[in-house]
Amino acid sequence: MNAAQNKISHDNLNLRTAKDRWVKYIVIFLSAITISPIILIIFKLVAKGYRQISFDFIINTPPNTFEAMTAQNNGELIPGGIANGITGTLLMVVMASVLAIPVGVISGVYLYENQGKRLANITRNVSDILQGVPSIVLGLISYLWIVKNITNGFSALAGSVSLSIMMLPMIIRSTEETLKMIPQTIKEAALALGVPYYKVILRVLLPTGVSGLLTGILLGLSRILGETAPLMLTALGSSIINFNITKPTSAVPLLIWEFYNDPNMIDLIWSSSLLLMAMVLFLNIISKQIAAST
Amino acid sequence: MFSLVEGAIPAFKTFGLKFIFNNQWNPTSGKENYGALPFIAGTIITSLAALIISLPLSFSASLFLGEYYRGTRLAQIIGMMVDLLAGIPSIVYGLWGFYVLRPLLIDLGLPNQGFGIFTASIILAIMIIPYATSLSNEIISMVPNELKEAAYSLGATRFEVIFNVIVPSARSGIIAGYILSFGRALGETMAVTMLIGNTNIVPKSFFSTGNTMASVIANQFGEAEGLKLSSLIAIGLLLFVITGIINAVGKFIIKKME
Repeated sequence: MNAAQNKISHDNLNLRTAKDRWVKYIVIFLSAITISPIILIIFKLVAKGYRQISFDFIINTPPNTFEAMTAQNNGELIPGGIANGITGTLLMVVMASVLAIPVGVISGVYLYENQGKRLANITRNVSDILQGVPSIVLGLISYLWIVKNITNGFSALAGSVSLSIMMLPMIIRSTEETLKMIPQTIKEAALALGVPYYKVILRVLLPTGVSGLLTGILLGLSRILGETAPLMLTALGSSIINFNITKPTSAVPLLIWEFYNDPNMIDLIWSSSLLLMAMVLFLNIISKQIAAST
Repeated sequence: MFSLVEGAIPAFKTFGLKFIFNNQWNPTSGKENYGALPFIAGTIITSLAALIISLPLSFSASLFLGEYYRGTRLAQIIGMMVDLLAGIPSIVYGLWGFYVLRPLLIDLGLPNQGFGIFTASIILAIMIIPYATSLSNEIISMVPNELKEAAYSLGATRFEVIFNVIVPSARSGIIAGYILSFGRALGETMAVTMLIGNTNIVPKSFFSTGNTMASVIANQFGEAEGLKLSSLIAIGLLLFVITGIINAVGKFIIKKME
């Protein structure tokens, strides 16, 4: 190889490594941009919302516009809290779980036990489609089913139904995936001992997969906790604490939406969002911890 | 699903299939005339724009997680933060967009007080990043090590390995990931409703205001009855069909890979 050729390939190599290095820097830079919103959002919520968070905030219902306006003009904190939202959210999330978890787990077990069968494949595809349905469409469906036909008006029940349809495919999927990961030998050992089939499912499969199930359920909960759109069409909102499932009920995200539409309530937006985010992220992190520990 | 069709019947009966292509939305009683075109256009434009904005970001993040810093503690932390993005409720994104992003864009000279397609697309892009990232990260990590090592042993740089080995062999999976996150963007409601400006016209430019299918339902459902209600339900049905098709295509590509 003569000197000239040598120089050319050397330049070429320099160019290639330079390109390599620059691409790496760009990737790091863009990744930093990608994660910056989460830091900015949390920082903003904490900075704006922490002053309002107190015990009173959790046990009181929201003030009316006039009270909020007076307090703001006097430079005081807006009185009152979001108790109606918190109780409403709890009521609807618990009811949605009661509706979705048993059905979801049973369907998941069914899919696992009937791999490759026609009906199971159809069920799996329907559940996949359901997962992709926008939440507002689920709200519409629940409106048509429950609000118009059963409770004859906006109700907590309708809200829970829309939330449970949202949660269902996540639970079905996580149940099936978890059960698939359990070694066949465990199941066969139980069957060889003469244990009836239903007991194998209840006593062997589900307990072994409990952490996976729990992860799926918690992730599902964290997703429906912050849902606003379907609740606007179903639960509507209410200014008092309500435990009657056939009456309109508030929820934390619904209250945020109301505060957003009322310029006097701005301070309450941030603290309610902070509380909501805290709940969602808490569930999220716990479920990740459970998943990681197994 | 059946009840959606049933609820939409009055609208389709009155307007026929023209409902989809009609660009009017006139609730004045007596002259009621509803069409879904402004919202279909708004939905597809915002979602496509969101996809394009999120593409370089989520692709870099998945390279960061699945290739450059794979298996390190840093990647774990970054991966967790990207996952947390998926956990933020839509309405909180909307608030952040309204109170933080919008003033910023006004300073940059955006018209309409910062409302519009562009603002909504940015927020949507942030919202779909975690889905696109986690899917393509998974696929990128699945590329066999032997392939990469073979390329390295021939003297390829990392950049060359990524674009000549990893991307081609993970291509269809990455595309499927983006299609699925596009499906997600189509149905997002709250954040878009708060930022898009809510005007019922076919958007004229990228910076003008508009409305999406999900946001018009959220906005007008409260006062809707009769024909208007039925039209909104029909829009819901169309949205359902569109997202269903997009998701089916994405799932089909993933299934074909396996």
